[in-house]
Amino acid sequence: MLAARDLTKEYPSGTGALAVLKDVSFDIPQGAFVAIVGPSGSGKTTLLGLLAGLDLPSRGAVTLDGVDLTRLDEDGRARLRGEKVGFIFQSFQLIPTLTAVENVQVPLELRGEADAADRAQDLLARVGLSGRTHHYPTQLSGGEQQRVAIARAFVNRPRILFADEPTGNLDGATGEKIVALLDALNRESGATVVIVTHDLTLAEHAQRVIRLRDGVVIEDRPGRGAPSPV
Amino acid sequence: MPSPALAPLLRLAWRESRTARRRLLLYMSSISLGVAALVAIDSFASNVQVSIEAQSKALLGGDLNLRARDGFTPAIDSLLDSLGTVGIPSAKVQSFGSMAIVPRTGATRLSQVRAVGEGYPYYGEVLTEPAGAWGSLHDDRNAFVDPSLMISLGAQVGDTLNVGFARFVIRGRIVNVPGDPGIAGTVAPRIFIPARYLAETQLTGFGSRVEHEVVVRLPEGTDATAWVAPFKTRFDSLGVRVRTVQENEVDLTDAIAQLARFLGVVGLIALLLGGIGVASGVNAFVQRKIDTVAVLRCLGASSAQVLVIYLVQAGAMGFLGAALGAALGVGIQLLLPELLTGFLPVDVSVTPVPSAIALGIGIGVWVAIVFALRPLLVLRLVSPLQAIRRDDAALAASRRGDHWSWAVDLALLGSVFGLAALRAETLAQGAWFTAGILISLGILYGNASLVARLARRLSSPRWPYVVRQGIANLYRPASQTRSVILALGFGSFLVTTNILVQANLLQSFDVTASAARGNLVFFDVQEDQQPGLDSLLRQPGNDVVTTTPIVTMRLQEINGQSTQAWAEAKGLSPRYWALRREYRSTYRDTLEATETITAGRFHGAAAATDTLYEFSFEEDVARDLQLTVGDIVTWDVQGVPVRARLTSTRQVEWGRFQPNFFAVFQSAAIAAAPKQFILVAAVPSDTAVALLQRDAVRRYPNVSSIDLSLIRNTITQIVDRVTLTVRFLALFSLAMAVPVLFSAVAATRRDRLREGVLLKTLGATKGQIGRILLSEYALLGLLGALSGMLLAFGGAWSLTHFVFQGDFAPALGPAAAIAGVMMGLAIGIGLLTGRDVFRETPMAALRE
Repeated sequence: MLAARDLTKEYPSGTGALAVLKDVSFDIPQGAFVAIVGPSGSGKTTLLGLLAGLDLPSRGAVTLDGVDLTRLDEDGRARLRGEKVGFIFQSFQLIPTLTAVENVQVPLELRGEADAADRAQDLLARVGLSGRTHHYPTQLSGGEQQRVAIARAFVNRPRILFADEPTGNLDGATGEKIVALLDALNRESGATVVIVTHDLTLAEHAQRVIRLRDGVVIEDRPGRGAPSPV
Repeated sequence: MPSPALAPLLRLAWRESRTARRRLLLYMSSISLGVAALVAIDSFASNVQVSIEAQSKALLGGDLNLRARDGFTPAIDSLLDSLGTVGIPSAKVQSFGSMAIVPRTGATRLSQVRAVGEGYPYYGEVLTEPAGAWGSLHDDRNAFVDPSLMISLGAQVGDTLNVGFARFVIRGRIVNVPGDPGIAGTVAPRIFIPARYLAETQLTGFGSRVEHEVVVRLPEGTDATAWVAPFKTRFDSLGVRVRTVQENEVDLTDAIAQLARFLGVVGLIALLLGGIGVASGVNAFVQRKIDTVAVLRCLGASSAQVLVIYLVQAGAMGFLGAALGAALGVGIQLLLPELLTGFLPVDVSVTPVPSAIALGIGIGVWVAIVFALRPLLVLRLVSPLQAIRRDDAALAASRRGDHWSWAVDLALLGSVFGLAALRAETLAQGAWFTAGILISLGILYGNASLVARLARRLSSPRWPYVVRQGIANLYRPASQTRSVILALGFGSFLVTTNILVQANLLQSFDVTASAARGNLVFFDVQEDQQPGLDSLLRQPGNDVVTTTPIVTMRLQEINGQSTQAWAEAKGLSPRYWALRREYRSTYRDTLEATETITAGRFHGAAAATDTLYEFSFEEDVARDLQLTVGDIVTWDVQGVPVRARLTSTRQVEWGRFQPNFFAVFQSAAIAAAPKQFILVAAVPSDTAVALLQRDAVRRYPNVSSIDLSLIRNTITQIVDRVTLTVRFLALFSLAMAVPVLFSAVAATRRDRLREGVLLKTLGATKGQIGRILLSEYALLGLLGALSGMLLAFGGAWSLTHFVFQGDFAPALGPAAAIAGVMMGLAIGIGLLTGRDVFRETPMAALRE
């Protein structure tokens, strides 16, 4: 479903090119729940950006659902994300000027879909926010904001969902609930979930754990699997 | 994938703008005043033109106006009589200046007498008080006079009014005469009398300056231009100038259109300055939107969709800003008739003009969008990666390589040129205007860069920290030096130019008025009256300052050639006014203070043996006639040929209140010719002036006199109106600078806030941060104002020198005051925009 081949990312620096990812390769099958872990500066976020088509590698290729992302231009990758990819960010990244339901509608509206409002309402109900649909992000708690973000990520029925430190800004109990919710949605929708985190407890919920250090995969092992849905 | 529908995108654009609308509207209000100016000017000009069209016949008084330079000859009279017999009536209007006296009060005043024939005016209505009394003018020896004359003569309706040797009864005041601007009666108030009693005044004889006109009424539906065509040659041969109602209308509407074009340029400058404000403000807006755009990109938005979302927002707010401006413009349009009372030839009915409003809004929205597009383009380049990791350097790098920004720059330049060409008369003027704007902006931008560079070089480590920090803000990355200096500089450029031109114009009026050595002028004094009047004036305390003889003459031959042959040889038109006009010349053997020799030498007294006398010509006329020093000119001095050699040309200061002449002869040349005199006297008190005027007019009714203090008062009144208008324009320019400055400061507000809060985190007190901001904005204000002033001195010098043809003296006091105001404005707006620095806790900023 998602394949990384010899992914290398270099940034120019004063002394020459600085490689933050070096020849990373792996395959992730459809429906998998994968955690990418590693300490700060290990290249996790860079890898996530490359896998999601947010950035292009210096070398190597990423194939998502049979499409080589490195062969698409910026707008082509944006279209692909609109169709097949969902995102969850550490800092939620809700659009502050839109209400909860409007935030969830955005991916559908960008595709010109007509039933955006109904689907958004359904998903907000599914994440337990049916009573907060018309609240603005600043009127919601951190956990609620992340649930809105999850609803937004799933609204366009993505084939794959990328989550960048999804519990990083939440307390432990709320983080647990969010992970459980992600796991449940993963099972219901059959979408692949790739989480980037430095939280090892969270990573152990995944079916598979890929560990990075200094831009290199140093471990790729099965996880303990997700807990039961809430 | 289906192509994304526009409606959901527009919906998203609308929702996404929710919290930014007010801010965006504030940025867009930068264009409001420019739009207001354009709408007000275009609408009012259209109102005036419509009024001229509606009142065109009334403006002329008939379908045709005939002017006879040398009076109505029997041939003209017979032509008019024969037209009358076929149902085409005509009415004569003869105008001349004369003293008027009311015997009951003994008061006198120079007036403009108009002797009008029955039927005048054929169209329109002379409004009087009492109302409807105009019809009684021809019943007897009646007169209607301007209210100002009634006041200065202390007269009432029913009083007797003497004009020359004739007596009239004042039947009413004039409220409005079609085609006459109200101001026309200010210098010489009007007196209307029946034409058939003109001869009784005995004021139209030798030396009088009467303007002869006839208004003709053609049968209903006749095309005046077509009708007059067959008579053109005959009228020409009789020395009659014909003017049709259509020609009059075209001339007046052209004049109004030209005025509107000139004022429109001011509006356009305002709009372009507003455009800079829009660009600065939208730049600030864009900085706040990068995170949102990155998320949208993550969620699948294409770069075009992102651009559409924010362009729609900018366009909508631009429309609102323009609409606000249009509403303000209509308000100003309603006020203009008050401001221009007395200056317009027609009664203007003010109504909103939809086409002007639509054009103003259209131009406003276009300017808003084009100027907003430049900063908005960057949103296309926002990488979705920014949602995970903010990287301003990467964004800046991709911005540098963006070729679309060049295309937008070209569109901007094209827009400035297009708008300028739309307002200007020719494409070349449009190009000059565009070049002027670019040069001004280039100078301001260059100044700003220089300031940033100097700030870096000159800042000393010995200065207090807060001052160094304030100065450092002028050159560090993301500084606001360029945008603020552009906004302030342009604003102060406009304000200072206005004030400097006004100061220089008023100064020249002052010089002109104070330079006159006397205060009472008598003219049309016949030769035999001069000794009597002279002795009347020479009472204790009075002084006759000058007695200037005037001899009328025409050109007859130049270097032995007839004027016609000279014209042909030199390629001049035989009908050229300088060849055909009557010259009112003088003789004296010394140069006056108002004259400067530009070629040859001024003649002295003639020797007894001289047979060929000498004369001096004004340099422009000499050049027009292609005369050079040494040429011999034969003058027709009332039938007697007088040959004289041109021995000098002179530059003459015509603006001075004293008799000036084109041709000045050696005394011996024309002293024996029939002549009149102008006497200028210095009389100490107003009472003495009034008594002298009364005595003079009683003894010599044909002699006119004018009290220069009245002229000064009139000039003061006009100058006051001009001052009011200039102050309005200055205030307008200042008001225009405010939203632009807000936008410019807002562009860097975020950085300012972050830095201030970080400084607080590191231990800076509110007072220290306040002083840093104060020193930065005070410097920006000062430098912006100085840059604007540099341009303004250049602009004001050009206007004074080339347009008003006067000498320029820099008015440093007002300029310094403007610099102070601009500095205050910059500090006020800077501190107001940065007030969050004082409110925000360090934690809030660090969490961001």
